[in-house]
Amino acid sequence: MARTLSYMKAINEALAQEMDRDPSVVVFGEDVAGGAGTSQPMDAWGGVFGLTKGLWEKFPDRVLDTPISESAIMGAAAGAAVSGLRPVAELMFIDFLGVCFDQIFNQAAKFRYMFGGKTRTPMVVRTCYGAGAGAAAQHSQTLYNIFTNIPGLKVVVPSSPYDAKGLLTAAIRDDDPVIFCEHKALYGVRGEVPTELYEVPLGQANVVREGTDVTVVALGQMVPRAQRAAEALQGEGVGVEVVDPRTTSPLDEATILASVTRTGRCVVVDEGYPRCGMGTDLVSLVATRGPRLRAPIGLVTPPHTPVPFAHVLEEAYLPGPDEIAAAVRTTLEPVDA
Amino acid sequence: MMSQTTGIGPDELLGAYRTMRTIREFEERLHREFSTGAIPGFVHLYAGEEAVAAGVCGLLTADDYIASTHRGHGHAIAKGCDVMAMMAEIYGKATGLCKGRGGSMHIADVDVGMLGANGIVGGGPPLVCGAGLKAKITGTDQVAVSFTGDGGSNQGTFLESLNLASVWDLPVIFVVENNGYAEATSSRYHQKGIDVAKRGDAFGIPAMTVDGQDYFEVREAAQAAIGRARAGGGPSLLECKTVRYYGHFEGDQQTYRPADEVPTARAEHDPLTLFEQRVTASGLLDAGQLREIDREVGELIDRSVEQAKAAPEPALETLTEDVYVSY
Repeated sequence: MARTLSYMKAINEALAQEMDRDPSVVVFGEDVAGGAGTSQPMDAWGGVFGLTKGLWEKFPDRVLDTPISESAIMGAAAGAAVSGLRPVAELMFIDFLGVCFDQIFNQAAKFRYMFGGKTRTPMVVRTCYGAGAGAAAQHSQTLYNIFTNIPGLKVVVPSSPYDAKGLLTAAIRDDDPVIFCEHKALYGVRGEVPTELYEVPLGQANVVREGTDVTVVALGQMVPRAQRAAEALQGEGVGVEVVDPRTTSPLDEATILASVTRTGRCVVVDEGYPRCGMGTDLVSLVATRGPRLRAPIGLVTPPHTPVPFAHVLEEAYLPGPDEIAAAVRTTLEPVDA
Repeated sequence: MMSQTTGIGPDELLGAYRTMRTIREFEERLHREFSTGAIPGFVHLYAGEEAVAAGVCGLLTADDYIASTHRGHGHAIAKGCDVMAMMAEIYGKATGLCKGRGGSMHIADVDVGMLGANGIVGGGPPLVCGAGLKAKITGTDQVAVSFTGDGGSNQGTFLESLNLASVWDLPVIFVVENNGYAEATSSRYHQKGIDVAKRGDAFGIPAMTVDGQDYFEVREAAQAAIGRARAGGGPSLLECKTVRYYGHFEGDQQTYRPADEVPTARAEHDPLTLFEQRVTASGLLDAGQLREIDREVGELIDRSVEQAKAAPEPALETLTEDVYVSY
């Protein structure tokens, strides 16, 4: 049975149901319960956004607050994972990877390969990313590309409540470290979510809208924006197919390339920085592995600047439906012979 | 006050000596082999610090966990990693403990609770917080031990982990092997000569400093810390003052070190010699038993090098195994 849930509630529900199903799942991070050490009730906060609210009530032994010590949190997740738990550790904002990256990319990511295949490291790092909330340069970045660059990590970027629940369930059950990137501007977005547990497999793209003229590949918050662009272009008689890879590692290359093969045109939309990002990576995939195209590939990203604070600047920073539509129109212009 | 030798049975003493002698022979042999150019990469030798690994790991079972350092061969041997497979790993062979993918700096065997040597200074302490959390949540009496050098004790990961283990009341022991050098930089400079154990107070963790060359002192302190952890008493910090007999890595000319430092330590305060003096003077063991172990260990190390040299290289198709690969 499905009903409407927010993206945030969908993630909370996946955690609660998976913890109920599997006693080895533990949740820890800064303020994930909140209230520890005071006269106030535990679970006072439930995380900085209230996402984990209610979990401590159900699983008081498996929901643990931590000091603000991201290296220790990430390393504890890695150590717990190799010794038999399935930790879901919270990195409050993806920007904080700067103070803990070693434990993720030198430790957790490499254990299985470096130790000759004997180890499993079934940990999930839940983190939020992205601009649009006025959180400025150190709390708004889109950095999933950095994790995607590292062999041994899997990276998930859900764009809807349905995907968020199903992908988190799959991530928790996966035996490799998974970085689960939640867009903070999507937390309030509602959508149909089944009541029961289900998995959306990692590495399976979603064609969220079919069209015959141009393929738009978009991730996270850029997916609804690409859909709005596609609706506008529909009125101009242009059929846009929107493909959401959903995970950047593994990347469903086949679905992306099949779509581009059908349409012959491609625009990539990415909220990350323009250099060495998922945007350039997807463009490279289509350019080197795709069919002969009818137009150069379009790439829409923010400018190469930190994320600004002022609302008007932040909106100007983020790729919007108008810019996406303009990039699509460019691919439809006649090409000089 | 001198540490006690009573209450330790002859089998345990023989086992401890075998561990220390195996580490010493393994490392001395690697030192010679490395100089011939036969071993690839970076090798950091543990010789001189044997009493720490033997004194701590001798009290652990295969179900307990350790996280190690750059200088990890001694911990791996003391925790029960297969010596033949370790040598093959250091030679980068298919029969290596990690199939030739890890090498000296990443020797690991989770089957015996060895969560890896570590190429990152200070990489291990956060990991044992996780292993300790597993023991606590699942209600076992397992403990987790991290080994860190004086160099690693200045990393944020070490201090974060002391605090987290204290806050979560974890069955964890942080062992600091203070050999006086963070790579080439003396601890008299990099921590102003202050005992690392004094940091325990700041985190509400029982701590003590022992002579890391004295197996009996290390064992006695480790026994208290491990016992406390198993009984739910939380983490401890154990600083062992020790001596590194070789450079930071093989090939290090040690120009930063007084020339008589290591020869003096070897002559006057060697962990194997101290051990032998204690057990023979007290009549717990006789020298003949120790010479027999020396002979057996010598043969084992000879055999491990012969087999490592003769072992096949890893098959090229293993390059992309045991990791998710795209492209």
